[in-house]
Amino acid sequence: MKIFQESNSCIECSSAVAAPISRRAFLRRAAILSASGIVLLSPHAWAARSVDSSSKRRLIVVFLRGAVDGLNVVVPHGESAYYDARPTIAIGRMGAGDGVIDLDGHFGLHPALAPMERQWRDGTLAFVHACGSPDPTRSHFDAQDFMESGTPGVRTTQDGWLNRTLAAIPGTHGPTEALSLGPTVPRILSGKVPVANIALGRAAEKPMPMDRPVIEAAFDKMYVGNDSISRAYRDGRQARMRLISELTQDMTEANAGAPSPQGFSDDTDRLARLIGRDPTIRVAFMALGGWDTHVSEGAASGQLAGHLKPLGEGLASLAKSLGPNYQDTVILVISEFGRTMHENGNGGTDHGHGNVMWVMGGPVKGGKVYGEWPGLSTASLYQERDLAVTTDFREPIATVLRSHMQFSEAQIDRVLPGRPRSSRNVDGLVRV
Amino acid sequence: MALEVSKQDRILHVLNRLAFGPRPGDFEHVSAIGPERYVREQLHPESIAIPSDLSERVNELRTLHMSPIALFIEYQRPLKMARKDAKAEDGGDKASIKDATKDLRVKQRVVMREAVEARMMRAIEGPRQLQEVMTAFWFNHFNVFAGKGLDLIWTGSFEETAIRPHTFGKFRTLLGATAHHPAMMFYLDNWQNTAPGSPGSKGKFEGINENYARELMELHTLGVNGGYSQADVIALAHILTGWGLPKQGGGNPMRRGEGMAGGETGGVFPFMRRRRNFMPAAVDPSGFYFDESRHDFSSKTLLGHRIEGGGIDEGEHALDILARSPATAKHLSFKLAQYFVADDPPKALVERMAQRYLATDGETRAVLETMFTSAEFWDPRYYGAKFKTPYEYVVSCVRATGVPVRNYRPLYGTMQILGMPLYGCQTPNGYANTQDAWLNPDAMMTRLSFATALGSGNLPLENPPFEEDADGGGEMRPEPPVIPRNGVGKVNIKFDPGPHGPKMTPPDPVQLAATLGDYFSPATASAVEAAPTQLRAPLILGSPEFMKR
Repeated sequence: MKIFQESNSCIECSSAVAAPISRRAFLRRAAILSASGIVLLSPHAWAARSVDSSSKRRLIVVFLRGAVDGLNVVVPHGESAYYDARPTIAIGRMGAGDGVIDLDGHFGLHPALAPMERQWRDGTLAFVHACGSPDPTRSHFDAQDFMESGTPGVRTTQDGWLNRTLAAIPGTHGPTEALSLGPTVPRILSGKVPVANIALGRAAEKPMPMDRPVIEAAFDKMYVGNDSISRAYRDGRQARMRLISELTQDMTEANAGAPSPQGFSDDTDRLARLIGRDPTIRVAFMALGGWDTHVSEGAASGQLAGHLKPLGEGLASLAKSLGPNYQDTVILVISEFGRTMHENGNGGTDHGHGNVMWVMGGPVKGGKVYGEWPGLSTASLYQERDLAVTTDFREPIATVLRSHMQFSEAQIDRVLPGRPRSSRNVDGLVRV
Repeated sequence: MALEVSKQDRILHVLNRLAFGPRPGDFEHVSAIGPERYVREQLHPESIAIPSDLSERVNELRTLHMSPIALFIEYQRPLKMARKDAKAEDGGDKASIKDATKDLRVKQRVVMREAVEARMMRAIEGPRQLQEVMTAFWFNHFNVFAGKGLDLIWTGSFEETAIRPHTFGKFRTLLGATAHHPAMMFYLDNWQNTAPGSPGSKGKFEGINENYARELMELHTLGVNGGYSQADVIALAHILTGWGLPKQGGGNPMRRGEGMAGGETGGVFPFMRRRRNFMPAAVDPSGFYFDESRHDFSSKTLLGHRIEGGGIDEGEHALDILARSPATAKHLSFKLAQYFVADDPPKALVERMAQRYLATDGETRAVLETMFTSAEFWDPRYYGAKFKTPYEYVVSCVRATGVPVRNYRPLYGTMQILGMPLYGCQTPNGYANTQDAWLNPDAMMTRLSFATALGSGNLPLENPPFEEDADGGGEMRPEPPVIPRNGVGKVNIKFDPGPHGPKMTPPDPVQLAATLGDYFSPATASAVEAAPTQLRAPLILGSPEFMKR
């Protein structure tokens, strides 16, 4: 027998090579196949899965890598200690030219986040202040790792809590239930449930060779088995087809294809469009960097402001472009730890402890800063230098899982083993 | 016939496990000498000649052969000074500093590029394949992250001098070499590990840092369940106080430093701050320095052993204890068997390997020999049982085609997209090598797209090495806020070679099939037969059996 017995006409080129060589041995290695066992891409369970109202509820996590300075995001403008500690980088009091946008008389929003004022006013944006990890590490790497594994202090956890969130939902999981925007699947999404990911920016709509029908068709014939590799292949094909068709469909529609001037808004708009077209997306994740402001942090303008502005615009745009889906979506914005209360000698801040978590979405009971404010006096600071943590970051997550995702306590335990039993600081954060 | 099939199995098995898969001619070579002799050959790499073309190209990688101190002086100090000058002139505006240092940062990238090229060209072309497999294995075991500060310029040196020469020898020697390399001292923060209240304790150097001590036991030697306690971690951290990087030449303890490679890496080589051409006389080019003035000279107890206070010797004593522990023997044997045999390796084999380790005082070659001559290693149930990591997949694809590579960027970019950028593992535990870690739907699409691009001759691999450019090339978005977490060189793979046309010769599918021993499942064989000519090589490289080793 010969492996290449005859030349086939090539769809893409005119060249054809007849190249007979002898076949020495063909072994059945990967899968035992019979003619009747060959099933070509029958619709997988995910497509057939019914979409009831509870399964439309979804969670988006935005990770600010590098530790955003929470005290300059949600500013305790009611405390003079804040202004004493930050002579050059404090955000001005309300009423001042570039002052804070007052939230509740005590806290105010960084002026660069003005686009999000609307969500605050309409009650779908909340903050949890003095929130963070119980682990004392000031290492970005450890702290991010712990916040993504959901098990602070435990290094051996293999998977991420966002993947476990899906895994805790019974039934089979389709290829686009978990979506990661970015080139790799991050720690928070690693785990058993398949994760689709698309590149950021314009690259997301960039075709890959696998998108070409002739190439797909050729590979389809090889991945017909019931082994794990073949199943992964078929899941990948369906996810890719789905994502690409949603995105290209958008691109051909008038106006929708115009890229936004801001990169992040571009990505959040893309995410909103995908969610609009694919109700099976349950969790999504994206990360933004550039928050490690050791030097020249700036105040109302400057480095931090320059990063907050596109973030705020992107999130406001996400709320808008989600349309009716905003009512079923909770968006968490988290960061590994906060920064020092006092500005340092370089007009920046160093690694700290407590931070602020942002919680946005239709189900959120917003317009409120949650948490237990520990104050900024030296005695109340963590190790006399950082905002203390009075709310474990897992408490708001557990609340979102319970009230929004409608998880039982047992399901929440699978997502966040070892979590604090109480979440009284964030009671009522999300509507049941 | 049965014998012949069995022999083919064994040939492919050794090429998949002791090598990164077959290159053209390998199958015939192993067939001629027999798999058993191939194993013996590979266990003694000094007996295998390296083609002069390859050694010449490795020798041309200048930064690969530079000492850590020389690398610092050439690539980090000018950057440091430029930052300082720009800061003084422009008042510390970040954008202007960035602008002023752009050329130097671009220049610095050559160090990482050459490290990647050295690793890749040896893995792809080198005949000492087990040496390459073991270099990758031990590097991963003693992982350092090139994205962390000074390790951008020191990771290549770490592999070249601390890992590569010690892959088959005593584990204790390898362990010691990693502990004495500044890349490790910096990565796991031990350079700041200081006895509280010691004469040299100051500024950023005033307390115990447990990071290295903990990972040294948890990851490098005993294993997480290796029987050590928090008290042992603290004791080992005290033993290792003062192990780190050179201090100021004048003999003064390190002063409060300013950041050398970013906000949190202050204090390295603060002598550079004074005069830009000043060089202390006593700096060891290796970049390792034991600072007595920050060491805790009291006696300690580690894992039940009393260690008398005595300076740097305490650390050497501790490494002896760790390297000789049965827990270490078992931990390393498990990891080796998991890499070479199966994700869940046979317990009896691991036990025998651990016994051999203890009997030979930790000689890696002996442990490997025990494994490679075991019934378990040759059990057909394990043939093709390992799912290739992205690194193994990319390297084996290129090896199989035999294409001469001069541009490694598309290969690096593919590994990055697949989540395994070379030298880009941030965490000290290194990358996993199990199927659980790497098999996912999106990865399959990327692998097959890579196979298609490579198999149809559409990767610009034969271009001369790329020049560094300031934005990292590719089509990354121009500015933050989006910064990949593993930020080592933003490299985009381009499956489409662009307007300048393909930069490689398309592999011949017939030759490719022969290289792999003409050894495919019926589904693969019939799919290849049915495919247009141009897609035959992509299908072979993208076949389910080629995903495994």
